[in-house]
Formats: sequence, C-alpha cells, structure tokens
Amino acid sequence: MSHSSSPLTSSHGSVKSYVTGLLLSLVLTVIPFAVVMGGALSTATTVVVIAVTAVLQILVQLVMFMHMNTKADEGWNVMSFVFTLTILVLVVGGSLWIMQHLHLNMMIG
Amino acid sequence: MATDTLHHGATPEPHEHHDTTGTKLFGFWVYLMSDLVIFGSLFATYAVLMKGTAAGPTAADIFELPFVLVETFLLLFSSFTFGMGVLAMNAERLGQVKAWLGITFLLGAAFVGMEVYEFQHLIHQGYGPDQSAFLSSFFTLVGTHGLHVTVGLVWILVMLVQLSTKGLTPMTRPRILCLSLFWHFLDIVWICVFSFVYLMGVL
Repeated sequence: MSHSSSPLTSSHGSVKSYVTGLLLSLVLTVIPFAVVMGGALSTATTVVVIAVTAVLQILVQLVMFMHMNTKADEGWNVMSFVFTLTILVLVVGGSLWIMQHLHLNMMIG
Repeated sequence: MATDTLHHGATPEPHEHHDTTGTKLFGFWVYLMSDLVIFGSLFATYAVLMKGTAAGPTAADIFELPFVLVETFLLLFSSFTFGMGVLAMNAERLGQVKAWLGITFLLGAAFVGMEVYEFQHLIHQGYGPDQSAFLSSFFTLVGTHGLHVTVGLVWILVMLVQLSTKGLTPMTRPRILCLSLFWHFLDIVWICVFSFVYLMGVL
C-alpha cells in the first residue's frame, strides 16, 4: 500500500474512483449524443450542452483517471497544465479570431 | 508472481525508486502537454477550414454518429481497463496486470480498426483528404489521434513482453504508469474530437 496507487500522486486511487469516473464519463457521453441525435433542442442550446458536457468529462477523467491534483509534485502538474491551457487559448482563439476577420475583410463566399 | 517477491526482497528502499518515478512521470507529463499543443493547433486548423468544403461533402453529409458513439465507448472502456491494470500493479498481481493490458489492447485495436474502416469508406466514396480543405484538416486531426493510439498499442505490446520477461520491477513500473497517462490522455483528446468535430459537425 505504500506504493503510489496512481500516475500523478501518492494518494490512493481505488476501484471506486475508476468506476465512478467510468460511470460519469458514460453519462456525459450519452447526454450530448442523445441531444444531437434527438434534435429536440435549438442549435444554440445544443452547442452549449456539447461544450459543457465535454469540459465536465475532461475534468472527470483528469481527476478520476489521471489523478491530477495540486498535492503531487508540489502542484507542478497542474501548473504546467494551466500554462498549456493558456497557450491553447491563444493558439485556438487567436487563429479563429484572425481568420474570421480576414474572411470578412476578403469577402470570400 | 514468484519473481515479483524476489525483486521485492532485492530492492531495499522503495522510496528511492518512488522519487525517480515521480520525476519520470513529471517529465512524461510535460511531453503530454507539448502533445496537447500539437492537437490544439490541429483543432484550430480544423476550426478555420471546416467551412471550406469546396463544393464537396459537408460534415453533416459524411459523419455517422452511432458509429462514432461505439468508437467513443471502446476508447472510454479501454481507459477504464488500463486503470484497473494500474490498480492490479499496485496490488502486485502480475497476471492481472497482463490480463487488463491485454483487454485494453483489444479495445484499442477495435477502435483503430473502426477508424481505418471509416477512412477507407470515405476515400472509397471519393471523399478523400484531397477533396477539400475541410476533408484535409479532418483527416489530419483524426488521423493524428489514430496514429497516437496505434503507437500506444505498440507500446502496450512492448510492455506485455517486458512484463513477461522482467516482471514488475523498478524499471517496468514507471513505464506502465507513463503508458497509462498516455492512454488516458488519448481518451481526453478523443472527447474533444467527438464533441467538436463529429457532434458539432452534424448540427
């Protein structure tokens, strides 16, 4: 039991945490698929549902499967993750922003 | 399991290994973060080019959601079975570790098989990556993910061989843990793929 039970931390990962993670992930997968395939909600609402369930499922898997937390390695895992997220926001958001303006100014189709 | 106890007797100080394991895992974590930036730029490319269908098929024309749902379940369950393998490793059960890794391999292989079928099907219909900017960016993004999963499958095979020849040692343990991070990471990237490429594409 003294061994680290999980990749990123010395706290004890357990069957329970993996099963919880699996069940939550299943629910958070089925919801957006059902909403899109059912087609009952408006497009804007559907986009919000997809985005929210995706972010929630990513968090569930980061915590339940990868055991990311602020205690392991004095929080360096989380720090590097947050730094990477910042880069991602710049890359993805910046690309979309610039290309949309370019698109509008060029008046392409 | 007999060799396992032997190794345990031979290693006097587990905490020493624990320290290097932490460093190895953090190093691998930093690699995963750089990989995340690669996927991020591919997602950005896809988002910019997805409307550029060049009079070819749109996302709504070619994506089949039930198919994608099955792929998603395969990858999700494989992530779970790998977690069970890590727990078995912590419980010093070599046989169970190999069994869980084997199941994970089969689920991952089924996922890659479905993806190869999907790509082949699209190309056969004339919707290959050369048809439009949308299809180029789609094949690049999803193909890069599939390539990562394939590398993960090769890595699982290598670990199965190493577990059979070396057992659970201070050398093989961190490798299994790094591989588990890699595998969970690929499932997380897939969440973004099915949400932002497939589901939003069909809308």
